[in-house]
Amino acid sequence: MSDEKEIDPRRDDRFSEALRQIMGGSFMISILAVVLALIAGAFLIAITDPTVQKTAGYFFSRPTDMFQAIWNVVSGAYTSLFQGSIFNFQSTSAVRAIRPITETLNFATPLIAGGLGVGLAFRVGMFNIGGQGQMLIAAACAGWVGWSFPLPAGLHILVALIAGMAGGAVWAGIAGFLKARTGAHEVIVTIMLNYVALYLISYLLRTPGALQEQGSNNPKSPAVLPTAVFPHLLGAQFNLNIGILIVLVATIVVWWLMSRSSLGFRFRAVGENPNAARVAGISVKNMYTYSMLIAGALVGLAGVSQVLGTSPEGFGSGIDAGIGFDAITVALLGRSKPWGIFVAGILFGAFKAGGFSMQAANDIPIDIVLVVQSLIVLFIAAPPLVRAIFRLPTPGVARRKRTSLTREVAAK
Amino acid sequence: MSAVTDDIATDATPALRRAIEWKTWKAPIILGVFAVLGIVLFVLLPREGASTFRFSNTGDAIRLPNLTLPTHGTGIVVAVLLVLLAIGGFMLARASRAAKLWLMIAFAFAFMVGFLTWAAAGHTIPFTGLLLGTVSLSVPLIFGALGGVISERGGVVNVAIEGQFLAGAFVSALVASATNSLVLGLVAALVAGMLVSFVLAAFSITYFVDQVIVGVVLNVLVTGLTSFLYSEVLAPSATVLNYPPRFPRLAIPGLSDIPIIGPVLFDQTVIVYLMYVAVAAVYFGLFHTRWGLRLRSVGEHPQAADTVGINVAATRFWNVSLAGAIAGLGGAYFTLGSVGAFTKEMTAGQGFIALAAVIFGRWDPIRATLAALLFGFATNLQNVLGIIGSPVPSEFMLMLPYVVTIFAVAGLVGHSRAPAADGKPYIKS
Repeated sequence: MSDEKEIDPRRDDRFSEALRQIMGGSFMISILAVVLALIAGAFLIAITDPTVQKTAGYFFSRPTDMFQAIWNVVSGAYTSLFQGSIFNFQSTSAVRAIRPITETLNFATPLIAGGLGVGLAFRVGMFNIGGQGQMLIAAACAGWVGWSFPLPAGLHILVALIAGMAGGAVWAGIAGFLKARTGAHEVIVTIMLNYVALYLISYLLRTPGALQEQGSNNPKSPAVLPTAVFPHLLGAQFNLNIGILIVLVATIVVWWLMSRSSLGFRFRAVGENPNAARVAGISVKNMYTYSMLIAGALVGLAGVSQVLGTSPEGFGSGIDAGIGFDAITVALLGRSKPWGIFVAGILFGAFKAGGFSMQAANDIPIDIVLVVQSLIVLFIAAPPLVRAIFRLPTPGVARRKRTSLTREVAAK
Repeated sequence: MSAVTDDIATDATPALRRAIEWKTWKAPIILGVFAVLGIVLFVLLPREGASTFRFSNTGDAIRLPNLTLPTHGTGIVVAVLLVLLAIGGFMLARASRAAKLWLMIAFAFAFMVGFLTWAAAGHTIPFTGLLLGTVSLSVPLIFGALGGVISERGGVVNVAIEGQFLAGAFVSALVASATNSLVLGLVAALVAGMLVSFVLAAFSITYFVDQVIVGVVLNVLVTGLTSFLYSEVLAPSATVLNYPPRFPRLAIPGLSDIPIIGPVLFDQTVIVYLMYVAVAAVYFGLFHTRWGLRLRSVGEHPQAADTVGINVAATRFWNVSLAGAIAGLGGAYFTLGSVGAFTKEMTAGQGFIALAAVIFGRWDPIRATLAALLFGFATNLQNVLGIIGSPVPSEFMLMLPYVVTIFAVAGLVGHSRAPAADGKPYIKS
């Protein structure tokens, strides 16, 4: 791939090269991928609906009945999805009408933080599947600071935040360190560390004197002190807390780190081609360790926001809520760029918020959201497929249909 | 092996010599650490009473007597043995020789005996039950690991084993319930695993999407799909669609009467016998047939394979599909082989453990099978010790396979090298 494109001075990173390769069609592909995934979701909703099944039984005598039934169930589901995630136009009060969008931002907070962590590791050519473990360790550290040390209001949040991020950083750092020193594949190590963390936290949560709430028999932690709880952003009638602002700051910091700092340049060089980076005098091993430390801290932020923002009343071993894995899809959808991840996190946060209201109002299992999300990522990962489905022209510059993420791993 | 090491050591650069020294020393260091652990547990933290091992059940044709050992006394003997073996390892390392395999095996065996005796103080360990549970927990892992080995030997990382398991479990439960036929259920599981693999193959081989990404996303997709369809289709009419028959145990006459291994290995369901066949077939196929040679060649050096006329993309595509079919069989074991009905996310991360077994087993079908058995043993040991009152918190027993895997991939237990082109798309130029 080292042809004239490589010496383009305007190229600030290899993702913009990828963007150019598909001739600015990337945004279009993203939109179409979302549309395709929603169509597939609609198909699933339709074929499992009992009314649709019944009307299909007499399809040839009255086909309109079936189309009517499909329209009813699909539009009903997606209306609930919209009302539950963005704006509830059926409500009477203004607070209720805009509550969905605040819920979306709330769900998006840990997704963005986790996505930033996974995405940063991606750009160094590392695959961080250890979000679950990093979040659990971070939640335990932040929670422990949160309920053990009475500190002044602002300081308490800061200390708990740092403790949690440090915990996540250490847990991910193990994988980075092992990769750097022994060549252990980070995918395997992070997956294994997920389970180690899960069992470790489960043990601590049921051990009196460790993380278990005093006087309780449940494997659950004590509540965080009020001084450590993330304050509400828009007053008590909205759940939205300052977590979203912290994540916004984190996004800006990651953008600066990756695009403007010397460390970020070295990170990207290693991700692009570790051999070339080594020849240029960059310590590839150190970059692996540093990038995993930072990635772990960012994923840890997701754990902190769960324990100090979402459920400050105490947590169990399911506090990560699958966000560690969702974060991978967020990072992929955001193409590992900080602002892309920010937008992707909000989109998936909307799916989550809307999914719950769809489940409540239309009795459609929230698992459909998983299907739609993973389909979006699959379609986005394979632009030629989307182009083939919509008969879009293949851009002339894309002689090779490789996506940018493929190259990082191929370069390893 | 040691002769080669000696040759290199004489005229090596200092850095290489250091690396070789570390290689010879790390085994005795590990042995030393475990010997110290043994002394602490078995001698310094003694548990009183006697430990009994039961080798036979009342119904067996040939009955073995129970073995009763004094817990503390056995612990001291084992600790002395461990120390001696560790010293042996150090002596070998002094002489710049790699630790012998028999020494490692003897050490592991002694440690296991010591640990079981220590943990079972005052109780009886049903030895046959321990092994039986090991086999039943390992069966899906072994199928998954075989699928992983085939796929990765061909150069496609198979992170989607979990998804193939889930798809196999779901479809086999559904089909077996609807048709009331176990064979059709098994075939459906094969097809389901294969379908998941088709997606993996299509995206990673045709569209060159990163294989790990496709695998991870596929796991999410299959989890979502099966959970959604479970809630929408299976759960409302569970008695019709989620009430599959289960494979009966078939005792092989003669073999099943052998003490200990008879009931463990030869009084099993058809899926388990299929697993024996699969392990042997994959081993033989990989290393002794044209198919295996071609498969390994596209995984190690696709360009060279292409040059001699092997169609890399097609070879990878069909072998990934075959891998999915085998993993799908493992999925069927979750429903038809053990529990029966399908439940949401019932595979509970076993696919990732199978992946760990692939790597721990160094991409070799036999070693991967042994690794899967080890993981099954650790899990079942935790179950058994949980029943008799384990001195070690169960979470730490459950953690063990994962910690062992981390050590394994970090190169402390043995160097693991993936097939050279594993995870790399082949783009024909």
